[in-house]
Amino acid sequence: MRGRLWSIAVVLIGALYFFLPLIGMFEFSLRMKRGVYSFEAYRVVLGDPHFQQTFGYSVVLALLTIVLGVLIVVPTAYWIRLRLPSIRPVVEFVTLLPLVIPPIVIVFGYIRIYNTSSWLPLTGSWLGTNLLILFGYATLSLPYMYRAVDTGLRTIDVATLTEAAQSLGAGWGRILATVILPNVFVSVLSGAFLTFAIVIGEYVFAALLNLDTFGPYMVWMGSNRAYEPSALAVIAFAITWACMALIQLLTHFSTFAKARR
Amino acid sequence: MSLVAASAPQTFLRSRLVLNWLGVVPFLLFATLFLLLPTMNIVVGAFRNADGALTLDNIVALFTPSIRAAFWISIRLSLVTAVLGCLIGFAIAAAIVFGRMPAWVRDSVLTFSGVASNFAGVPLSFAFIATLGRLGLVTILMRDWLGVNLYGTGFNLISFAGLCLTYLYFQIPLMILIITPALEGLKKEWREAAQILGATDLQYWRMVALPVLWPSLLGTMALLFANSFGAVATAIALTGSALSIVPIILFAQIRGDVLNDPHLGYAVAFGMIVLTGLANLVYVVLRTRAERWVK
Repeated sequence: MRGRLWSIAVVLIGALYFFLPLIGMFEFSLRMKRGVYSFEAYRVVLGDPHFQQTFGYSVVLALLTIVLGVLIVVPTAYWIRLRLPSIRPVVEFVTLLPLVIPPIVIVFGYIRIYNTSSWLPLTGSWLGTNLLILFGYATLSLPYMYRAVDTGLRTIDVATLTEAAQSLGAGWGRILATVILPNVFVSVLSGAFLTFAIVIGEYVFAALLNLDTFGPYMVWMGSNRAYEPSALAVIAFAITWACMALIQLLTHFSTFAKARR
Repeated sequence: MSLVAASAPQTFLRSRLVLNWLGVVPFLLFATLFLLLPTMNIVVGAFRNADGALTLDNIVALFTPSIRAAFWISIRLSLVTAVLGCLIGFAIAAAIVFGRMPAWVRDSVLTFSGVASNFAGVPLSFAFIATLGRLGLVTILMRDWLGVNLYGTGFNLISFAGLCLTYLYFQIPLMILIITPALEGLKKEWREAAQILGATDLQYWRMVALPVLWPSLLGTMALLFANSFGAVATAIALTGSALSIVPIILFAQIRGDVLNDPHLGYAVAFGMIVLTGLANLVYVVLRTRAERWVK
């Protein structure tokens, strides 16, 4: 009984620590009009063309990162399961490296290798810089994407599905797009939502590559405005929450579907 | 005749082998261009001087007082948040696993941990400024309700302690996410066996549970260390450049060569890789140890 009371106390104190900043940022975001609570800060932020522009930019970057990530990870994970299981440890190691090497070091390397006086001057042009950040974000999402897809592939019989598709005359592209991808779609989606949550507020890559995305916009607001940053934090938290909730829902849904089978 | 028969399958095999490797070329190319080469470039740059000759001067320069102080603050910050994150995360995980809580408490704690461990960076620092900043909710409530002037007590959010408090917001949930499965992996039979042999709760923890858990605990601590050592955005958004921790120095160096020596910048980045790399190595080694019990 004493143990139970202790447990309740621990969870309550934890809840206090974790909810206070959330309540704090929400309350602060409502304080813009003197004396009354209002959604003025949200109205100002959402109406700010700079917000719309940077937020839209980050959404597009996140979606493109997901597409790029899927294009790189799904064929690779599939191929390694099918034909090259021996190099799986190596590839797995490489996919985990972005968790080991701090992102700031990776982007430092980009600036060194792909600057205007290098052999591949990506940072010299608008298109090049955007490509660079896309590949950078795909790198950051690699650990999550690869693990999600690989887990998905584990639950299906890759070899049999491939042989069945081949005996029906399908080529590699068709097998990947119409047989493998639909089978690991739930895993791909959970990797995708996590990627979205990471990319949408990312700061270091964008700031150091001089791109005007949502992350640098938030930092700029933070040092120039009082109440809007809290509104932005609430919005960012809602996005993170939505992404995680969707992942939970997906896993729940897929285990439910499997249990029924 | 037999020669032809033998070489046909061989060429077939060889072409299949080539095809096998072709399948991973896009990935290898991507990883090389955007992960391995950039990192190698920094590492090599750390061991070269402006003329391109090999040198250890940059590494030696890491031990000049200002840089050494920055590393020391960063290491302390990472250690404190890793140890506290581990202890508090462990306490919460133990509470939801052994506290006979209703299932919804456990599920909500885990879901929330998934969100909070990803809620790092700029928005997190805004949340803490809105709560514990000079005009933050808690600061004002303490003043109005308790008559305590928080900032009069010497507290400042833009400080080492403030940064620790903020980092714990993503460190504790990460610990909960990793350690809860380990706690749930402790078999009921072990506890029952210990009880039958007359062990008290304390003895069970000291002689059975903790020896099984310690690799997970220490390993996760190493992971938390790396996690906070590499964090940049939270620190920048919270403190600007008021606190000289390594990631902030590196950020300023990349933006405008504040160290007046590009190669010293590479050395700082190299130092970061070494520390996060070591911490991750500890994590991996201890994790394999921990998994011996999970069969």
